[in-house]
Amino acid sequence: MKRFGAFVVKEFYHIFRDYRTLLILFGMPAVQLMLFGYVITNEIKDARIAIYDPSKDVVTRTISDKILSSGYFILERNLNNVAEIEDAFRYGEVGLAIIFEPEFAKKMEKTGTAHLQVIGDASDPNTANILVNYVSGIISNYLISINSEKIPHQIIPETRMMYNGELKGVYMFVPGLMAMLLMLISALMTSLAITREKELGTMELLLVSPLQPVQIIIGKVFPYVFLAFIDAIIILILANTVFHVPVLGSVSLLLGESFLYICMALSLGILISTITSSQQIAMMVSLVALMLPTILLSGFIFPVENMPWILQAFCYVMPPKYFITIIKSIMLQGNGLANVWHETLILLGFTLFFLILSIKKFNIRLA
Amino acid sequence: MRTIRYIVQKEFLQVFRDKAMLPIIFLVPIVQLIILVNAATFDMKHIRMSVVDPDLSATSRGLVQKFGGSPFYQIKHFTFSYQEAVAQMQQGKVDLILNIPAGFEKTLMKENQATAQFVINAINGASAGLINAYSTIILLDYNRQTALANNSGSTTSSLRNILTEYSYWYNPELNYKTYMVPGILVLLVTIIGLLLSGMNIVREKEIGTIEQINVTPVVKIQFIAGKLIPFWIISIFELAFGLSIGKLLFNIPIEGNLWLIFLSASVYLFVILAFGLLISTITHTQQQSMLISFFFMVVFILMSGLFTSIESMPQWAQTLDKLNPLMYFIRIMRMVLLKGSTFADISRYFWALVIYAFFIVTLAIWRYRKVA
Repeated sequence: MKRFGAFVVKEFYHIFRDYRTLLILFGMPAVQLMLFGYVITNEIKDARIAIYDPSKDVVTRTISDKILSSGYFILERNLNNVAEIEDAFRYGEVGLAIIFEPEFAKKMEKTGTAHLQVIGDASDPNTANILVNYVSGIISNYLISINSEKIPHQIIPETRMMYNGELKGVYMFVPGLMAMLLMLISALMTSLAITREKELGTMELLLVSPLQPVQIIIGKVFPYVFLAFIDAIIILILANTVFHVPVLGSVSLLLGESFLYICMALSLGILISTITSSQQIAMMVSLVALMLPTILLSGFIFPVENMPWILQAFCYVMPPKYFITIIKSIMLQGNGLANVWHETLILLGFTLFFLILSIKKFNIRLA
Repeated sequence: MRTIRYIVQKEFLQVFRDKAMLPIIFLVPIVQLIILVNAATFDMKHIRMSVVDPDLSATSRGLVQKFGGSPFYQIKHFTFSYQEAVAQMQQGKVDLILNIPAGFEKTLMKENQATAQFVINAINGASAGLINAYSTIILLDYNRQTALANNSGSTTSSLRNILTEYSYWYNPELNYKTYMVPGILVLLVTIIGLLLSGMNIVREKEIGTIEQINVTPVVKIQFIAGKLIPFWIISIFELAFGLSIGKLLFNIPIEGNLWLIFLSASVYLFVILAFGLLISTITHTQQQSMLISFFFMVVFILMSGLFTSIESMPQWAQTLDKLNPLMYFIRIMRMVLLKGSTFADISRYFWALVIYAFFIVTLAIWRYRKVA
């Protein structure tokens, strides 16, 4: 035990001696959270649009005003003819074009119907879809308001946004960023730390020492548990104080789950290090194989439920998905263990699976 | 020139000597491309909803039916109690509650208006906004429909209407895959390129072989060029490979000139690879270099406009984003491939990349010191 203690102390020296890495390690989550918290919103606002309005009457002006004052749109360009739409789209300056027919108000007065065309630049389909829906809602509302005396009974919609009344993007980024950074620090740093000893040849020295191989591995990962945990706390404190993301559920449960996730990522890191020989390969495996799936298949940005079923199946083998579900559930919805025990068990299962696999793969002798 | 050729040759040998490297560089990204393109959609197909309808009147049932008939909604459960529905949402089983108050139809008839409430799980703001828009449109539609049904005859004809025609250019079926294939391909090429170059020089430092190069007569510019060229070839090849897969498997449109894509790509890759080498020259261990690369990669990716809209970001962030090479290249790819933009359309982004490349390559050469 004393030997083991000395070994852990050595590992801590290793890490603390390298103050640059430490700086990045603690600076990175803080900077990224600040950056993304202020910058990234899933909501779309200030989209640039073009309007073609040959009639310029009361009705078309009212509709344009309503659209432009909604906060979603900024008028980038008034078109002089329909052919200009193509240029505007190709140059990439507008995302949506609205085209009124000539003599709009007159036609509406006379025939009761006027025609309006809304064209979205669907080379970015997600944005186009959202923008067109916004316009459609605005037009519907306008129609209701001008016809209000003639529609006798009206159902008024009232919307209540639960858990995130202001639709803040940071509510999504805190869980996502935690899942991503903890995964990186734990899985990558440990796999690099172990393969580094292999690459530099110092692993041999450790293996011939009286320490058990298991002790070596535990000793190497122990400091990273500590570092990753501090990072988790930094993210949570910043999220809570700067961005006012609430922690409705139990804080100790939240920390416990983070700890479990860190252990899971660490065992994945150990597994990667047992099957790779150089730092470069270890890093390529962890970053190339983990980074994009962690962003895309975890429900971080895109909701899992919308994906095709075959992709949802992939999501079910991504540990970050469960962690993000747990974090959202505890922080934002105030749930307790009763609601997340399922996900917790799965994370525990992943941890054991990775550990058993790495023990099977672990070689005491090097090449 | 011959010196550069030997360094290039050495780098190629080094990269491919490791048997694990080839599949990591080519196979893993392509598999990811094929899988991940399907993931990135906000398209709401299955909005899971819970209906609270203690009224059970003709009007309320008609409204519920309207939702049930829409392909976007799945009515997961009916209840009379709002509390029960909220509990369902709390457990994450439903995304939307349609809350109809008791005495709904009576109020509607008496006061000519009544309120129906949408309660939406808004943790994901984008989805919540869309759910709200869809649901409001369905409700307003229902209003108009009942108005038309009730006053058949004189009054309806005086209802003023605007017929709106919605069209989606360049991608009429809103197939998000055609948008995501170029985007994700760029991400993958960027990740591979940045990691390969970012770890390169620092690895030689860590193992000690850099000293051997330092004592040779190789000059700085040859050294950096020799390091850049192999990764540049690998990345261009990877991009071409990915584009072919995209064309064959997802049938992505290639409206514009392919040479324009490769011209921009070759400049873009100089930016990314030189950036990697720069990181490599200022760090001491591969661990540090990896961390820094990761930091910039995440920032570049999330601010690239691929997943979230750049226009929605605050002004200072949009200004900062001008330093993001990924933003330029993703725009170029999207414009040329999907919209058939010409060189004149993309020239402002292209020249920005050229200036960027020049600046970063110079910086990398300057920063590389032939001392330990």
